[in-house]
Amino acid sequence: MTQEAVLDRAGAAPRRSSGWARFASLILADKKALVGLVILSLFVVAAVLGPVLSPYDPNAMDFDMIVGPSWTHPLGTDDLGRDLLSRLIVGTQISLFVGVSTVAIALVLGVGLGVLAGYLGGWVDHVIMRYIDLQWAFPNFIIAVYLVAVLGTGLVNVIVAISLAFVDDFARIARSMVLSIKEEQYIAAARTVGVSDFRIMWRHILPNATAPIIVQATVSVSYAILGEASLSFLGLGVEAATPTWGLILSESRSFISRAWWLGIFPGLAIMLTVLSINFLGDALRDFLDVREGRGI
Amino acid sequence: MTMVDPDGGSTRRPGKPLLELCDLRKHFPIRQGALFQRTVGQAKAVDGVSLTIRRGETLGLVGESGCGKSTIGRCILKLEEPTSGKILFDGADTAGFDRQDTAAFRRRVQAIFQDPFSSLNPRMKVEDIVGEPLLVHGVEREHSAIAARVRRLLDVCGLSAGLADRYPHEMSGGQRQRVGIARALALRPDLIICDEAVSALDVSIQAQIIRLLEDLRDEFDLTYLFIGHDLSVVRHICHRVAVMYLGKLVELSDCDRLFETPQHPYTKALLSAVPVPDPEIEERREHQVLTGEIPSPTNPPSGCVFHTRCPLADADCRSVVPELKTVGPDHAAACLKIDQRITEPA
Ligand SMILES: Nc1ncnc2c1ncn2[C@@H]1O[C@H](COP(=O)(O)OP(=O)(O)O)[C@@H](O)[C@H]1O
Ligand code: SF4
Ligand SMILES: [Mg+2]
Repeated sequence: MTQEAVLDRAGAAPRRSSGWARFASLILADKKALVGLVILSLFVVAAVLGPVLSPYDPNAMDFDMIVGPSWTHPLGTDDLGRDLLSRLIVGTQISLFVGVSTVAIALVLGVGLGVLAGYLGGWVDHVIMRYIDLQWAFPNFIIAVYLVAVLGTGLVNVIVAISLAFVDDFARIARSMVLSIKEEQYIAAARTVGVSDFRIMWRHILPNATAPIIVQATVSVSYAILGEASLSFLGLGVEAATPTWGLILSESRSFISRAWWLGIFPGLAIMLTVLSINFLGDALRDFLDVREGRGI
Repeated sequence: MTMVDPDGGSTRRPGKPLLELCDLRKHFPIRQGALFQRTVGQAKAVDGVSLTIRRGETLGLVGESGCGKSTIGRCILKLEEPTSGKILFDGADTAGFDRQDTAAFRRRVQAIFQDPFSSLNPRMKVEDIVGEPLLVHGVEREHSAIAARVRRLLDVCGLSAGLADRYPHEMSGGQRQRVGIARALALRPDLIICDEAVSALDVSIQAQIIRLLEDLRDEFDLTYLFIGHDLSVVRHICHRVAVMYLGKLVELSDCDRLFETPQHPYTKALLSAVPVPDPEIEERREHQVLTGEIPSPTNPPSGCVFHTRCPLADADCRSVVPELKTVGPDHAAACLKIDQRITEPA
């Protein structure tokens, strides 16, 4: 063949190392991200190993009421003598579960709507975007409160409410990504080849739109955890018997002058989780080189 | 529609029209206003182009950037819907195609794009990029059969089989463009639209890709619509050349004749910008330099659209729209002054 072909056969450009390896080295170099990773891992371990780690039944009452941290109760007890550490561990499970599941649902719905609107355009875009704009006009938390008020409290309803409240964020990001990716020549090439619209969206557009969506998802997880805690704090959360962080914090208010630990520890749990996820999110954002993002 | 035996063998008669554009127009609405958009005008990207591409030939389409070349290509490829006019492929109106006809059409008409960076999906491996046409058209169903075909296509395009599991960013510009060519070739098309297929490449690599395109044309009986603005490249590869200005065809001719005896003032100006290698000829030939800006296609000049920049323009040119008229064998031009000059005694 030709001279350049010979060069081509030799393979001119070097191959890059894998994305995961580069992300791992970035996290190791970034102190904030590393701290976030360590703290978050602790919470995940606590949630997964919850029943094994819990020293007591989270709802078991005891005559040791409102006792400060000690060897028998590392984080103290509440007004009914329930072990705070055991209750916070159950709370961790609920918080992380709500955080991840709501964002997963919001992501699928929002990205689906956004991709359809952006790719199909026309009246589909109009209808979807009128709705998204309407939802955009209200803060996510107000929408979640409204939905729980309509649906009623309980774990499933809380998850539904928070998921729906986040849909517009994902829809907007996905739509704007699609609008720019749609103009790329490889989309024209795919259409020329005869690739179906569905396959174009799935194989050509979505894989190229992931970076900002992943970043938004990370940020959203921390806001969803905060949202669930806030709902529980307002008495709009999961059933009253379930010890969520927000509920524990809310119950602590009456004893705040006598039992500092009842307020401090659930507050710390919420703060540390949210902070560590945000630290990781920042690192991810730098790594993927994404701007934008919106929370509650 | 009448379609075609799978090998394309019996339908290949050289010289017969493969693709015909009949008074093709594509006007883009210009919208203004953030909330309540209204159409404030039309960008006449393509404004009444009639053109025939013959089987087996390479037709060049040249003109300054923004004159509507890519829009014609996109209309042919059914990426853009024409505002009016017809596109006949093998005698069948492409606007009337149903799903099946369109699928069959897609197998026979392919494209090579300008930008070797943006024309390949960065998240797909070469094997999946080149194999996708085979997959979506069900040419091959087995993964191994597709892989084998992809390797053969890569080989034909001068790439080693080892590149099959690379991503586009792991290759050079020339390699990427070869991948784009392999993808266009996968379905064994009859017609390939090459939209500035070499413009983004280094000059040395351009020559290699041009040679590849020529080899493939001979090997696979391909017909090319070769869109470009580099006239020396166009002269090298094309049989006939169409010159466009502001959405209209101004001259259409056999390639050599166009470069030796251009008739339209715009073509002359375009050609005089290209240096001639022979210094003696370069010395003697007449130079016409294009002055002024290219007008906006939203508000094209009246009469002959070229009159704002034409050295020969007079009052007639501002009011009368010139038709494309035969000025010689296989040679047509759209200028009011050509007949005059030919018929007037010297
Ligand atoms: N989608 C579009 N919307 C509005 N105007 C467009 C669109 N595509 C092309 N145009 C306009 O049509 C004209 C011709 O564009 P194009 O066909 O890309 O020119 P060329 O390929 O000759 O450089 C340009 O003025 C361009 O601005
Ligand atoms: S018609 Fe008039 S303005 Fe147009 S190219 Fe001919 S001489 Fe020039
Ligand atoms: Mg172009």
